[in-house]
Amino acid sequence: MSPSFLNWAGAARTWPSGGLARVGAWLSATLCVVLVGATPAIAQTPDDTFLATVGELREASFSDKEAIATRIAASGHTSAAAVLTAMLEDRLYFRDSDQHVFIITSADADPFALVEPVSLADAGTAAQDGLTKIGTNNRLRRVVRTTVARFTLASPDPAVRLKAVQEMMRSLDEQTLDLVRERAAIETDAAVKNEIVLGLAMAALTSGDQPAKLAAIERLSTQVTSDVRNRLATFLEQNPDGSFVEPDAAVRSAARSAVSDIDRIRAIYSGVETLFFGLSLGSVLVLIAIGLAITFGVMGVINMAHGELMMLGAYTVYVVQLLMPNAIGLSVIVAIPLAFIVAGLAGVLLERTVIRFLYGRPLETLLATYGVSLVLQQTVRSIFSANNRAVETPAWLSGTWQVNQAFAITNNRLYIVLFTMMVFVALQAVLKRTRLGLDIRAVAQNRSMASAMGIRTEWVDAMTFGLGSGIAGMAGVALSQLTNVGPNLGQSYIIDSFMVVVFGGVGNLWGTLIGGMSMGVVNKLLEPYAGAVLAKIAVLVALILFIQRKPRGLFPQGGRSAEGH
Amino acid sequence: MSVAPDLTTGKVLYLEHITLSFDGFKALNDLTLYVDPGELRCIIGANGAGKTTMMDVITGKTRPDSGTAWFGRTINLLRLSEPEIAQAGIGRKFQKPTVFEQLTVVENLELSLGGKKTFWHSFMATLSVAERARIDEVLVITGLTTQRRLRAGGLSHGQKQWLEIGMLLMQNPKLLLVDEPVAGMTPQETERTAELLLSLAGEHSVVVVEHDMEFVRSIAKVVTVLHEGHVLAEGTMDQVQNDQRVKEVYLGAS
Amino acid sequence: MKDRYGLIFLVVLALTGIGAPLLNQAVPEGSALYLSPYAMTLIGKYMCYAMLALAVDLVWGFCGILSLGHAAFFALGGYAMGMYLMRQIGGRGVYGNALLPDFMVFLNWEQLPWFWYGFNRFWFAAAMVVVVPALLAAVFGWLAFRSRVTGVYLSIITQALSYALMLAFFRNDMGFGGNNGFTDFKDLLGFDLQATRTRAVLLALTALALALSYIACRALVASRAGRVVRAIRDGESRTRFLGYRVETYKLWLFIISSVIAGIAGSLYVPQVGIINPSEFAPINSIEVVIWVAVGGRGTLYGAAAGAILVNYAKTILTGALPEVWLYALGALFVLVTLFLPTGVIGLLPDRSEAS
Repeated sequence: MSPSFLNWAGAARTWPSGGLARVGAWLSATLCVVLVGATPAIAQTPDDTFLATVGELREASFSDKEAIATRIAASGHTSAAAVLTAMLEDRLYFRDSDQHVFIITSADADPFALVEPVSLADAGTAAQDGLTKIGTNNRLRRVVRTTVARFTLASPDPAVRLKAVQEMMRSLDEQTLDLVRERAAIETDAAVKNEIVLGLAMAALTSGDQPAKLAAIERLSTQVTSDVRNRLATFLEQNPDGSFVEPDAAVRSAARSAVSDIDRIRAIYSGVETLFFGLSLGSVLVLIAIGLAITFGVMGVINMAHGELMMLGAYTVYVVQLLMPNAIGLSVIVAIPLAFIVAGLAGVLLERTVIRFLYGRPLETLLATYGVSLVLQQTVRSIFSANNRAVETPAWLSGTWQVNQAFAITNNRLYIVLFTMMVFVALQAVLKRTRLGLDIRAVAQNRSMASAMGIRTEWVDAMTFGLGSGIAGMAGVALSQLTNVGPNLGQSYIIDSFMVVVFGGVGNLWGTLIGGMSMGVVNKLLEPYAGAVLAKIAVLVALILFIQRKPRGLFPQGGRSAEGH
Repeated sequence: MSVAPDLTTGKVLYLEHITLSFDGFKALNDLTLYVDPGELRCIIGANGAGKTTMMDVITGKTRPDSGTAWFGRTINLLRLSEPEIAQAGIGRKFQKPTVFEQLTVVENLELSLGGKKTFWHSFMATLSVAERARIDEVLVITGLTTQRRLRAGGLSHGQKQWLEIGMLLMQNPKLLLVDEPVAGMTPQETERTAELLLSLAGEHSVVVVEHDMEFVRSIAKVVTVLHEGHVLAEGTMDQVQNDQRVKEVYLGAS
Repeated sequence: MKDRYGLIFLVVLALTGIGAPLLNQAVPEGSALYLSPYAMTLIGKYMCYAMLALAVDLVWGFCGILSLGHAAFFALGGYAMGMYLMRQIGGRGVYGNALLPDFMVFLNWEQLPWFWYGFNRFWFAAAMVVVVPALLAAVFGWLAFRSRVTGVYLSIITQALSYALMLAFFRNDMGFGGNNGFTDFKDLLGFDLQATRTRAVLLALTALALALSYIACRALVASRAGRVVRAIRDGESRTRFLGYRVETYKLWLFIISSVIAGIAGSLYVPQVGIINPSEFAPINSIEVVIWVAVGGRGTLYGAAAGAILVNYAKTILTGALPEVWLYALGALFVLVTLFLPTGVIGLLPDRSEAS
């Protein structure tokens, strides 16, 4: 058990998780290096003195404890922060039998897990009733908190300082204010400084005179957090008798315009967020449809097994993770090319054994490939069971990118957008810049002419279908991170994929991209009003109506020749 | 449908200043053409001269960008849908024989009968004595009497073409549009087709689009030459062949 | 107009419709000839499926409209009947609410939604069995055919339509019982649905409905309208040039087909005793298509025979080897499209339905 975990495990409850380890590690180091030098030399070893000081806490009164806590902080011992934090969080105990003081890791566990307060080493466990808590009261806790905050505010890591300021702003009092003001004078990091300025402005709202309040409101009007907005909104509240809580009309009007400013900014960010959600949903739609845009759009093959090819891709991730259980982070990356190969080969096999006999008979192809999709579903049921398989999400895919207080982007959404773009660009490159791409386009435009020019059209058919299927497999990798991996995975996406391709205009990859993205955005725009299911239904119905107005999609292939069946 | 072309002004078809472009390519360019009642008119022109597109405009399959198309004096073709135009009395025979292969010869002709064509009317319809007689008559004209119970898919290429002409006759149209009737026919079939078309003119106006010059010479009184969507020359076969512009662009060096 | 196999089909149907109920009702239970209620339900179910297959064959086999949404019409007919049956339960439900079906009480609904009014009367429900599918078919078909959506595009949007309906019916807020649908029916026109006598009569009625549907479809395809419809299948624009309004023909055919599907659904629900949104699932619609393909598209008795054949195989296989059923069905799709384009009926000698 690392000391840093020990020190701050409790703090995790109140502090957002990021940066904690750094806070702890840094604290231990600072207290040692910075404060030791400032302490006069003592005859005993520092550890003995420290332990003795901590021991005094057992029987001291609350006011004495204040003094003791100050001495502990001043001792500069590496464990000082850990002990004070434990005390703050009621995790400092002493053993009744020998009066030895311990830190416990959690007050909820029984028996307690003990930690030696000097070395911070694991000291085994002990039953709860053999231990007595070293009590605190509010006043004491405030003093200790300020002491701890002073340490953290001096951290060289701006992220730690930022967290410290944010934490202190939640419970401002004169002492913390002074601390923060001191820090403001010497702070160099812009973000931390900004946070301090905001905190001081928030404080000024309560305690300042009129010009200070106005200045604070002015400063806060560019903020986006709901805390600030709600605080400002309290100026506009009325007492039950109709008079305003805030007597000063100038302050009220400043607050009113500040609240509306903040609301506007927040509305913009929430719009941006919806747009991003929509683009990320759209990316999923594009990803599941882009393979189909090849097989359906370029070759005219109705492949109802497209969803099952995605399912194969998703199961590839599962198998890869079984094979490399210790490298989950890598597994998804490894699975992408593998899924392409697995689904691509399945596609080539499907084309060679079934589809090639049915060219020019789209309805028959639809039925035959539907049969294949049933066989594939049952195959994975037989091999992997009918239940969903657990596919793990690598750490780098989880987590959130907090742009500001009003706008956060989850990593998986971000990566899916990037992945879709990469697949799209790669596909365009294959079609536009490679020999295979040239052959594919040639065969799509004029099969007999291409054949006459020596292109092996049968081979191109198989490769084209393999390409489209392989992309379906890669889409499956993405889906494995978003949804349950089970035999029905394909079925739940097949209709969406077809709708995207038809909506975008068959035979047009850009149409698929724009079609999928706009479907995603519209869906997310509707969701707040209609709910997820109803939004989806609305989008489906809108598409059905759209296709009836423009049967050839958003971006039809032009010219006379496109008229044919 | 009670519309019938008003032919009192002497022409059955007026196409005036018709222009139509596909993606910037002018398929028809200020095309003006008139057809007399009972006339047999041949249209010739190189590939892409606009022959088929012109037929598409007349039958309502394609709408021009500008220009007017009147059937007789009173029927504005640009305002009517394909079935309405068909019912008004314009029949079209496509380049490829498009008979209904799964239906028998008689059934093909039956579907081409005039009269009400709504769903429920067709559901209740039975063949009247007069209609049966008309079918028999057309079978004789097209020489398909012995094949009457055969599925149309089983007919020879020439027989399919005649059946299709027969289907047009069943509609009793004022104007017949015939697209390359002898393409792919044996010489005997071609000769038989020429006779057939000649026998139809007089009672119907017939517009024939054809590549086969020999065939055109054998049936045509008036020939119209299209070039780049525009009428290049009009006259008898001899006049047209001696026209300097036609020689330049269509007949080439010869 | 010869229709030898059609006649055979009708005779077999008449024998089943009269014979099966008799074997259940008149023969004592221990006898070798006795037909169990379970077998009766199966036969009734198969005949409902056969009607659905007729409906699909009418549009697909004769007009080339491959609808992947016919299960929706079937389910809508079933739901209309289910609503009547739910209201017949009255105060006998678990919650004992005389007006509201159990699931509404469970959802704390105070009053009956407006669209449930009238369903306490049989005639109204029976009308809705016809009207609702017909209305949906009319609106959808009018839009689709008018803008000349054909081929696979039509197939895909019919599938999307059915899928959207499934999602909608899964919602509790829709007022159709959410994913549980309707079940625990008590009686129909006062007859106890659990009584074998009621079931025997239902079976006979289903046979009658199937026979009438067959005769109606047969009359339609043998008429000139039927020939126009086949002409549309083989050459849509050619038909248009002959002066037929292709859209109206397709629309009427689609509506008639949807009504047959709806009636089939309404007969299905009281016999199997349940209806839920999974009936809308796209796979159901596609399965119907494969029944028709197996039987032989473009022959009405073939479609009906295909439905019965495939479903009988399904009953046997899912009972004996449940693992194998999806493999078998999948293989059936592939093999029939590749090797048996005319279906098993194509193997029979001297067919003459086409004329």
